[in-house]
This record gives sequence, structure tokens and C-alpha cells, in this order.
Amino acid sequence: MHAILIGGLIHVVNRFTAWAASVPMRELIVNELTEAMQEIARSVARFLPRLLVMLIIVVVGWLIAYGMRVLLRSILRLVRFDRLSEHAGASELLKKAALPTSTELLSRFVFWVAWLGFILVGISVLGIVGVQEHISSFFGFLPRLFAAMFLFFFGLLAASFFSRAVLLAAVNADLPSPRLISSTVRVLIIILVASMAFEELGLAEHTVLVAFAIVFGSLMLGLALAFGLGGRELARRFLERRFAHEKSEEQREDELSPL
Amino acid sequence: MSEESILTDDFLRELINVGEVDILVGVPTYNDARTVGPVVQTVRNGLLKYFPRQRAVIVNADAGSRDDSTELVRAASISDLQHPNVNALRTLHSVSTRYPGDPSTGTALHTFLAAAELLRATTVAVVSPESTSIEPEWMERLLRPITRESFDLVTPTYRRHKYDGLLIRNLVYPMTRAFYGRRLREPFPSEFAISGQLASHFLGQDIWTHDVGRLGTELDLSITAITGGFRVAQSFLGDKGRVDHAPADLVLALRQTVGVLFWSLEQNFAWWSKENQSQPVPTIGSEYDVTLEPMRPNRKRLYQMFKHGVAELEPVLKSILSAPTLSELQRLAALPEQEFCFSNQLWVRIVYEFAASYHKEVISRDHIIQALAPLYRGLAYCFLVENRDASAEALESKTEALCQTFEQSKPYLLELWNGRK
Repeated sequence: MHAILIGGLIHVVNRFTAWAASVPMRELIVNELTEAMQEIARSVARFLPRLLVMLIIVVVGWLIAYGMRVLLRSILRLVRFDRLSEHAGASELLKKAALPTSTELLSRFVFWVAWLGFILVGISVLGIVGVQEHISSFFGFLPRLFAAMFLFFFGLLAASFFSRAVLLAAVNADLPSPRLISSTVRVLIIILVASMAFEELGLAEHTVLVAFAIVFGSLMLGLALAFGLGGRELARRFLERRFAHEKSEEQREDELSPL
Repeated sequence: MSEESILTDDFLRELINVGEVDILVGVPTYNDARTVGPVVQTVRNGLLKYFPRQRAVIVNADAGSRDDSTELVRAASISDLQHPNVNALRTLHSVSTRYPGDPSTGTALHTFLAAAELLRATTVAVVSPESTSIEPEWMERLLRPITRESFDLVTPTYRRHKYDGLLIRNLVYPMTRAFYGRRLREPFPSEFAISGQLASHFLGQDIWTHDVGRLGTELDLSITAITGGFRVAQSFLGDKGRVDHAPADLVLALRQTVGVLFWSLEQNFAWWSKENQSQPVPTIGSEYDVTLEPMRPNRKRLYQMFKHGVAELEPVLKSILSAPTLSELQRLAALPEQEFCFSNQLWVRIVYEFAASYHKEVISRDHIIQALAPLYRGLAYCFLVENRDASAEALESKTEALCQTFEQSKPYLLELWNGRK
């Protein structure tokens, strides 16, 4: 076996020596190397402009994103967005989380989203296979992200407005526990808005929907029980007051006219 | 709503049939059949008695009554010399129209002014359908200063119960006086008369599409007359009757008066930031008169609603009032009922801080107005307790002291307005 292998190897070496003797070996290797080098040079020559374009896009993108940030910050200050956010109750949340003001936060967010967008456009110029798909899905997701943020912010604003309106109406109508009624309205609106925002983002749609239904259902059941059990006393007092009011006309109180 | 659309085609035809008039008396109605009949009859008698040579028309603007209000007004029409008891030299028309939308004295006033301009009326009067104490003399007292003495606005003064009109007495009158420099006792009148010139000027104001063109328009009319340099007078009419109906909606009353007053401060900043001393207004008859018969308002409920309101509305009041004012208010609310009382200074400071917050729109403006209701109740409680046995003179001197505080504290609002506080 060993002798057969050695014989075979000697035969291959003899054949290669004969072939090398027929074609100038040196020339061949040089050619191959030159071709390889040329190919690398061509590839680099093809890649460098793309890299350069990418760098230009990233740098220009940074400048544009920074400009957008400055512009947006000025506009938001002009329209007193911080006050709007204060009304919505968002400022308080941000303060508790040790975050900057809503104007600053939104400006920074827009800067990063815009710059990230430019970086991804730059990367796509490089033509790396597989990245393109992720980039287009990122850009496809952006409008939904903005819509969800918009929805949530204005939802907070609506929750704050309506809960305050309910609080004022309940106080002026002399209803019991106005703050409880007002907080209930606020929580319900926030839950509704959050579920809508998550649905917009496509995150855990079913879970959020089911959670919302459970919370809403249990709240209504709780309220029904509370009114059913606790409202008897209230109803009794109301009827008593009304009955007494109708019974003794001579004891009726005079209404004050403010005007 | 434009002038063209406020007068419907049918109503226009009716007005054209009436022809040019000297005097137009407007009566706004909404389910007022209980009281409007006698009111319109009295207006008619007043016109025939005191202005027999003038061409006059009674115009009713109705908000869609489901009772006989409009028919009762139309029944006041009489033809030339047909009525046995009156010496009419001319026909007295009485026409009626229905305006679209919710009941609103502002929309009714808009209708009267548009009709007055069309009919070239030189004098316009408005009379409340609820003024059950009206007498024919009211027409003379309202219209004569305009037809004879060339005044442009005549507002009424009444003989009222000392507990009536507490919002006017404690906020609207003193604040209008402090900011617009004229001592008009009833700047939000339910009866008044204006010249054709002021009617045209006010009709041309850009308010008819805003809230102020629907609610509290009468107060804006008084303010416009003062700031526009028109001649203003007030005339004593007599008893202001009380109509027995459901409890008055305090929030609506605040929107009609305080809301319009706060809104007007923005429109007339240049005027009130310079105006310093208030001046008396020419008055025909008594400037004020009060009746003192016993009344049984529910003081305890006012106090409880104040206390409850201050506690429950803390987050809202925090965004409207300054920290020292809020803590002073909370300290007051913690006092027992017998010791609790508002000082003039605190009440004025509260009102001015509300006005500044309204200007700066720290929260929804309507919410700011609504948040004043419990505080007003607290003030009303104090007023009732303090003035239980007060004479008319004592009451008047207290009102004067409050007015002085409003006038003297004006720089405080200017500071707040300009953002220095």
C-alpha cells in the first residue's frame, strides 16, 4: 500500500515538472497575481466612491438633522409646546423620569430619527446584500411610530382636558367624590389611547385589546356594584330632600340670583 | 352669523311692510308665555303714552318657544286710531321672528340691531320678557335720554333686594368701574336703550361669530359704548321683579359676565392700562335703592360648596392662583363656619389672578371661569352673613369700599398681565 502511494506521488511530480517545463511558470504566477490585484483594485475603486458618498450622506444628514432640530425647537417654543404638554400632564411625567422638557425631547427625537434615516440611506448606497430589506422596513415603520406618538400625546391632552372638565362640573353640581370621577375618566381615556397607540404600532394587538376589555369591563362592573350598594343612601337622601322640599312650602329656601 | 343671514326672508318682508321707524323695542323670548304678554302690553302702552308721534315697532326674536310667546307679542299690534283706550297717532307694529340655534340674548340683540338698521330706527330699546314689574314709565325713562338729551346708551338702575345680583355687586360692577372708569351700576343690563348711531357701530363689531356675540353681549355693548366714546347715562326704572323659576345657573351667569369682562380686558388693554380714576355717570333718578324684606337663602350650603370646591379643585386652582393666594384661601376654607370671612383684598387678588390666568390661558379659559364658581359662593356666604342686618346705606358704603379696593389694586393686575409676577 505504502509503495503504491509513493509511486503515485512520484508520477504526479514528474507530470507537473514536465508541464512547468513546457509553460514559463514565473510568467503564469505573475499574471495570476496581477489579475487578482487588478480585481481588488477594481473592487476598491468601485467601493471607494460609494463609501465616500455614504460619508457625505451621513455628514450632510447630520447637518440637516441638526438644522431640523434647531428649527423644530424654535417652532415648538414659539407655539408654547411646553405649556401644551403641561396641560396634557406629559411634562409632569417627564419631570418624574428626570427627562428634559417636551420641546427638547421631541427635538432630539426628530434629530436622531432624521440622522438615523440618513445613515441608513448611506448604508444602502454601499449595496450590501440583505441590508436593503431592513432599511425599507425601518422607513415603513416610521409613519406608524409617528402616528402612535401623535395619538398618545393628544390622548394625554384629551384625558387631561376632559378629566378637568368633569372635575369642575362635578364640583359645581355638588356631586360626591368629584376627584374619583375625574380620575376615572382620565384613566379610561389613557387606557383607550394607549391601546390605540399599540395597535397602530402593531405591538401585541390582541393582548392590548383583551387587557383593555378586561380593565374596562371590571371598572364598569365595579362602578355598577358601587352605585348599587353605596348609592342606596344617596338615593334615600335625595328622595328625602325632594319629599321634604315639596311637603313644606313655607320652609322653602329663597334662591339667590347672581345677576 | 352675518347680518344678511340673521334676518330671514319672511322676516325681511314683514319689516319692509313696517317701513321706517323712529323707535324699535326688542323683546327676546324663549318659552316666556307666562310673563311676556303683560310685558309687551306695558311696552305698547308706554310707547303710545309717551311717544305718540313717533313711529315705533316692537320686534320679538324668539329662540323656538314651544308655548304662545310669539303669538302674545304679535297680539300687541294696533292699527291707526282703532284702539279705544289709547291716543295712537300712528300704527304700532309688533313683529316676530325665530332665530336659529340655542336661546341666546346676544343673537336676539343681533336681530334687533340688524332690523333697526334696516328700518333706520334712531332709538333702540331692549326689554326682558321676565320683567314683571315693568311700568309704562320705563319706556320714557329709557328712551327719553336718547331722544331728547342725545345720550347713546341708557342702562337701568333698579330697586332690588339687597341679596339680589350679588355677582354684579361684588364683581361685575366694581371691576367694570375700575377698568373702564365709568360707574355704571348695571353694566350687564336686561333692559337698556341705545341710539341708532351706537346700534350701527355695535352691529359692525366683529363679535357675532364669537362666544361674546351669543353670551353676555349686553356687557360687551356697555364696554363698547364706554371705550368708543359714546355718551352713557343710567336711569332709575323702579322695582326689579323676581321671577320664580328654577335656580339660576351660576356657571352660565359667570360665563355671561366674568367671561366677557375678562375677554374684554384683552381687547381693550390700551384703554384700561391708562384709565385711572372712575367717573360718575349722569343718572336720571336714584342711583341705587335696595329693599330689605327678609329672605331665607341657604347660607350653609353656600359655605359647604365653597369648602368642598377649594379642597377638590386644588390642582386646578394651583395652576390659576399664586401660591400665597392659594394658601390663604385654603387657610380660610379650614376655618369653622362662624369665623370664615373674605377680606376685600383677598377677593380682589383672587379675581385679578383669575383674569391674568385667563389672559395667559394657563388652562382652558372656560375651565378658569368655572373654577371661580366655588370661590364666588364663599364670597356670597360672607356677604349674607356680614349684611344680615345691614341698612341700605351700610350696604352701599361696603360696596364703595370694595370698588375702591378694585381700583387701587389695578397695578397688581398690570404686573400679572405683563408677566412680572
